[in-house]
Formats: sequence, C-alpha cells, structure tokens
Amino acid sequence: MNAQPETVLSIEHVTVHFGGLVALADMTFSVRAGEIVGLIGPNGAGKTTAFNVITGFLRQTSGDVRYRTTLLNGLKPHQIAKLGLVRTFQRTSVFQERSVFQNVLTGLHCRGRARLWDTLLQTGREKASERELVNEANDILRFVGLERRAEEPAGTLPYGEQRLIGVALALAVKPSMLLLDEPVSGMNPSETARFVKLVREIRDTGVTILLVEHDMPMVTQVSDRIVVLNYGRIIAEGTPAEIQNDPEVIRAYLGQGKKRA
Amino acid sequence: MDQLAQHLLNATILGGTYALLGIGLTLIFGIMRVVNFTHGELYAFGAYCMYALVMLLGVNFFLALPMAIMLGVALGATIEMLLLGRLRGADIDTTMLVMIGAWIAMQNTEQWLWSGVAHSINNPFPAEPLILGPLSVSWNRVYVVVVALLLIAATYYLVNRTRLGKAMRATFQDRQTAALMGIRIDRIHTATFALGSGLAAAAGALLGPIFFVAPTMGDLAAAKAFAIVILGGLGSITGATLGGFILAFVEELGAGYISSGYRDAMGFLLIILILLVKPTGLFARKERIG
Amino acid sequence: MNRYLPWLFVALLASVPLWLTDFYFLHILITTGIFIIAAMSLNLLLGYTGQLSLGHVAFFGIGAYTSALVSLGFQVELFSGFTVSLAPKPAWFAMLCGVIVAGFTGYAIGKLSFRVRGAYFVIVSISFAEVVRLVAVNWVELTQGPMALTNIPALTLGAGAFEISFLRKPAFFILVLIAGVASFILISRLVNSRAGRAMIALRENESLAMSVGIDVTRYLVIATIISAAIAGMAGALYTHYIRIVDPDIFLFIYTVTMVIMVVTGGKGTLAGPIVGGIIFGFVPEFLRAMAIQPEVQWIIYGVLMVLVVYFLPQGIVPAIGRYSASRKRLPDADALPATSTQVRQK
Repeated sequence: MNAQPETVLSIEHVTVHFGGLVALADMTFSVRAGEIVGLIGPNGAGKTTAFNVITGFLRQTSGDVRYRTTLLNGLKPHQIAKLGLVRTFQRTSVFQERSVFQNVLTGLHCRGRARLWDTLLQTGREKASERELVNEANDILRFVGLERRAEEPAGTLPYGEQRLIGVALALAVKPSMLLLDEPVSGMNPSETARFVKLVREIRDTGVTILLVEHDMPMVTQVSDRIVVLNYGRIIAEGTPAEIQNDPEVIRAYLGQGKKRA
Repeated sequence: MDQLAQHLLNATILGGTYALLGIGLTLIFGIMRVVNFTHGELYAFGAYCMYALVMLLGVNFFLALPMAIMLGVALGATIEMLLLGRLRGADIDTTMLVMIGAWIAMQNTEQWLWSGVAHSINNPFPAEPLILGPLSVSWNRVYVVVVALLLIAATYYLVNRTRLGKAMRATFQDRQTAALMGIRIDRIHTATFALGSGLAAAAGALLGPIFFVAPTMGDLAAAKAFAIVILGGLGSITGATLGGFILAFVEELGAGYISSGYRDAMGFLLIILILLVKPTGLFARKERIG
Repeated sequence: MNRYLPWLFVALLASVPLWLTDFYFLHILITTGIFIIAAMSLNLLLGYTGQLSLGHVAFFGIGAYTSALVSLGFQVELFSGFTVSLAPKPAWFAMLCGVIVAGFTGYAIGKLSFRVRGAYFVIVSISFAEVVRLVAVNWVELTQGPMALTNIPALTLGAGAFEISFLRKPAFFILVLIAGVASFILISRLVNSRAGRAMIALRENESLAMSVGIDVTRYLVIATIISAAIAGMAGALYTHYIRIVDPDIFLFIYTVTMVIMVVTGGKGTLAGPIVGGIIFGFVPEFLRAMAIQPEVQWIIYGVLMVLVVYFLPQGIVPAIGRYSASRKRLPDADALPATSTQVRQK
C-alpha cells in the first residue's frame, strides 16, 4: 500500500502587485505527486499570472513557491525548467518558422550530452548524441500523434495541432511536472477528447499535471481536483463534483456571464 | 572660475540645440519606435538649406530659418510616406534596415551634390561679441539659444495642448482604438515623423552658421540625438530637453577639463553607461509621452 | 550531387592563382574574401541568433590592431611611471592574439550588452564601436592615431628551407581561401547542432526557448564570442595583407557593408553572406569600371538595401530556394532559412 503521495509543488501566500493592481492575493495551494489539478476562474482571475510566477517569468511581490524542496523564488525560467517543472504557453506556443520536427528537437535541448567542443570538432560523442536526440524526437512525435506532420512548418498547422506541438515541446524536457496553459483552446470536441486521453497517458508515465482551462466539461472530466480563482484569490478547492455545486463558484461565474458549454 | 562660467554658458547654448535634436528623435524613436538613422541627415539638410538659401539665393538670414524648417518638415513627410508607409507593423529590425539604406543614400546624395568641401554661412550679426561681465558670447549664439527655446516651448505646446498632439499621443498608445475613434492613423504617422524631422532640420539650420556645413555633419548629430533620447527616456519631451542640456554640459566640461580629443566620445560613453546601469533611461516614467 | 557542389566550388577557387594573372583582380578577390569571412561572422550573430549588432566592425578592427601591435611590438605608459611593453612577435602568433583578444572583447560585450535589448542594444553596439574608433584615433602613443601603424610584417610560416611567405598575392589568396572554408565549416557545424538550435530558438521566441531550459544569456554570449573571434581573424588577415592599419578601419560604413552583404544574401542561411559578399565585393569594381563615382555607388547600395527589404525580405538565397522548389513542385524544407540539414531517420 502506498503512503500519502508527497507534495511536489507548493505555493505559499503568493501575492502579486502591479502598481496599485492586485493580480494575486495571498494564494496558497499545493499539488501532490501524480495528481491532475485544474486551475479555473473567470477571465482576469490571475491564472496566467500564477503560471508566470511559478515558472519564473514573473517575480512575485511576496510569498514562496517550492518545487519538491527547492525554493523557486528568483530562479530564472530555464533553471526551473531544468528542475523538471515545465510549462506550455497559451499563445505563441511554437517556433512558427521551424518544422514540427525541429521544434521538438529544440525542446530536447537539455537532453543533449555533447559539449561545444564536441560540436565544433564533430566528435563521435556529438554524432551519437544527435542520433539519440533524433530518435527521442520521433518517439515524442508518435506519442502525441504528430508524426505525419513532422516536416511541415509549425506555424502552418491548425491551431489545435499547434497546441499539441507545444505539449510535445514540454514533454521533450522530460518534466516531472507539467503546467498546461489552456491546452485545448482552439480544439474541436474530438480533438479535445483525444487530448484528455493524452493527458491521462502523460500522468500514467508519472508526470504531475496542473492545467489552466476555460473549457469546463474538459476540466471536470480530466481533473482529480480543482482550484478556483477569482480576482486573484482562491475561492474554492475540491473535487469536480464539489466545485460544481459550490455557491461561491457559481456566483463568481454567473457574475461574469454564462459558463461555456 | 571665469573659465567654468564660460564653459557653463557655452554648454547652455549648445544644450538648447541638442534639446531640439533630441526632442525630434524622441518623437520618432520614442513614440513611433522607428530607429531613425536619417535623423542626422535631416540635421545636415537643414544646414544645407540655410547655405543654399542665404549664400546662393541671397535670401534674408532670418527668413531663411523658417523656410529651412519647412523644407525639413516636407522632407520628413516624404520619407515617411515613401518608405515607412509599407512597413507599419513590421518589426523593428526591418524598419531599421530601411532607414540605414535611406541614410546612406541621403548622405551620399549630399556628398555628390555639394562635394566634400565644408561651406560656411554668413550671418548678419555684429562681429563683436556680447560682453556680460567676465563672459563673452557671440550674438549669433544668443540668437540660436533664444530660437531654440522658443521652438522647444512650441513643440511642447503642440504635443500636449493641441488636438493634433492629443491625436498623436492617442495613436501611439493604442493604434486600434485611435483608428476606431476616427483618427487618421496614416496622417498622424506622417505628421509625427515630419515634426521630428523638422526639429532636426531646425537644429541644423541654427548651428550651420556657427560651425561649418559638411556632408558628414549629420553622423555625430545623430549619435548625440540617440544619447539624448536614451538619457531622457523614450518619448519624454521634458526628458529629451533635460538630456540635451546634460549632454552639452558633460561635453563642455569634459572637453574643457579632461581632454578635448575625446569630446565626441562623451555622448557614446554616456549611452553605454546609462543603458548598463539603468536600461530604461534616466527620466523614463510610466506614461510614454509628454 | 548537391553535396559535392560546394567542394567543386572550393576546388575551382583554389585553382585561381594558377590561371589568373591579373594581380588587381586577385586583390579584389582577396579583399572580398576577407569581407565575406567578416560577413559570415556577422551572420552568426545577426542571422542565426537574431541580434541586430551594428558594432561588428569593432571586432574586425580590434583583431586587426591587436595583430598589428603584437607583430610590431609596442610600448605605452599606462599611468605615471607604469609602462607596458612588448617585443615584436612572429606574425602567426600576432594573428592568434588578434583572434583571442577579439573573442574576449566579444565575451565582455556580450555579457554587458545583453542586459539591454531591442533597439537599445542596437544603439549600444554602435556606440561601442564608435568609442573604440575614437580611442584608436586619440591614443596616439599606442596606435599612432591617424598616422597609422605601418610596415606590418607579412605572415611567414615554417623556418629555413621550409619557410612559406604569404607576402605575395597568390599565396595570400590561398590563405584567405583556407580561412574562409574553415570558418564556413565551423559555423555550419555550430548552427546545425544543439547549440545552433538554441540560438535559433532564442531568435524565434525567447520565452519559449527559456521554457524548454535554454539559458538564453549563455547562448547569446557564445554566439558573440565565436562571431567576434572570426571577425577578429578576418581583421588580422586584413592587417597582414594590406600591412597598414589606421582608425578608419572602425568606420560605421564597414559595418553597414557587412550588414548589406548579410541581409541581401540572406540572413540566417549559410550561403547568404557568401552570395552577398560576392555581389557587394564586385559591384564597386563594376561601377568603377563604368566610371561611376563612389558616392553614386553608395547611393545605389542604399537604394538596394531598401528594395531588398521590401521585395526580398529574406534575401536572395532563400528566394532562389523558393523558386527552385516551386519548379520541382516538392515541399522543400531547404526554402526555410536555418533549417537543419539533419535527416529524420530511425
């Protein structure tokens, strides 16, 4: 029997001020190993701000973010990625001009073994490393289902498939935790269903997942737990069933208009 | 002590024209985000217009100045409409390369037309300088600083108190909304570039009679203009004005007390130092214009 | 077939001294070759890493001056009583110093300048080159200022019976050719590797690059060091060919020439700087043959730049690639600049 899964990500009293505007107010929650947690909230609630703080793109005004035991405060985005905490982007999530294959190969950056001298002198180690990376890139493309699109420029793919490239990029870094920023925006229902399956497969490989989404059915379907944000503050936390019946949540969404079906 | 006072006086006079250069560029670089390599050429153009009008066509010295400025405005408008019209929304690298091409073409046209010989422009002021106690200053320079300050004030008024100025500020803060509000975006771009160019031409027209007129005079002027804009913060007219004076003081005092050979390096060193220490400029504030 | 074409081209060039007897034309080839090497180095920074560095001539000039000073020897008083002096060293050693000092300058500039981005970076890079020029003009004790450093020794390798002197044009042409091919191979290996992908990534989308673990600053600095070192080598070659160097070597107009070569030829492609270099190396001669003044030549350059940016924004080489791809009617990955030539194999 397994012990209680450890906490991999903990956000403690994180506050973000932009001048007079409070983007995040005393945000505290955590994510346990192997969970899929959904972060939802009306537009402007602070979800992307939270992502930016966690992944080092934005410095919080106060509060701590910890990944396993490492304090992330002040670390640069690439350092955080190397720790295993990787994010995707909502917009401009791919290298537009490069092929899908080149995109994933770029994402495999941290997996390369060769040093600069190996590159310039074209040593055996460089060649072996490149071969490995090519193989891994192919594997990842197959995993997300993009192997037929490999040679096409990423920017020419439909928006929904570009989100898949973004995920492939993130997977290339071999994360232990994945932060997905609105991964199914621009996807049609069948693509969304396929993506839910993909998310579960990723979790099954041992990756913890935190995702931000507006698509309510998708989030309720895929998440173990949901955290609800409104005006930079957590207003509810619980299972999808609990959240759907939470009066605070209903008020927050109704106040902003209908929920998207 | 007298020497110091003289340096300060010279610096004040120089600062006025530097401010004009800087304000012109802060409008274009700061607000329009165009790395305007032709700014120096407009400065030279203003000087050459004065030369042509006063020395070749015999126009009255005082009338020639507004004429030169108008010609500078016209040239600026032409450049904007011809070259930049297509590039609205292009990235900064592309516009920069186009401006470099324009700058090369312009400077060499000047060189070709006027040859490399430096020309001088006669001025109608008395030859004896004005004596203020231990200080002396030529009448020409007094005229220059007075006109420069008038032009600075006029520009400030134009940008901050008139409808055109309001339209300019609106366009560059949020182009789409400005367009929706009925502002003619194309015209505003052209007008802003033309205004900035006119100020550069004014600076050249004012300084031309003091120094010599040569085809490469624009290069140093452009460099200093960039230094001033960075000093003062992009888009800030007040900043550019103060920056112009600060650069003039640093140059004058540096040349006077440290080394005159490196005088022109002062501007460049300032740029480098400031950007390394405070990348947003000395006076940059939240709002981008005014 | 395509694989052997570049080597055929090199072989053809290598044969030139055997049949080209016009020394003036050989001189043009040599100076063009040196400029192509400098343009290739700029392309690494501007084309592949996406940094519009307009101070590049500073690295070229620093390489030139360092090589000249080390081969001539110098003595300067730094401050009261403290003198630094160096006895003349062999030319090959001086050239090596030129490369190293230029590379080190690249490192220092890279580390400092990339704290500043975008248009500000452009201005800083120009300012840096101007400051270096003014130092070269004013620090007469070291550089002789505008009076120039003269009688710079030619490069000689080996000793006694096996000594090769690169004094005469045919020999120097081969030297430039070797240096050019070596630079090309080096750059080609770099941009088609993991490091190259990182540089291109930070050009295309910096945030995305950071999110996959790419240390942006590190790769910017690496690109600058290598770019500066190659430019410094070009400068050192220039010094030991012309054998006179003066502060005009730092003029902004030379940076502009390199930029035109790279942009017109195709930034971010390996062949771009070569094509651009050939065009802008020979065009002045062509124009001079038609008795057109140098000013008009520059006017044409300026207009050309504007036209290229409008109609062929990616440059000539990619345009040719697109044209030949449309003729073949195949999807052509080579039409995209800087696409890796790696084959997707299992």
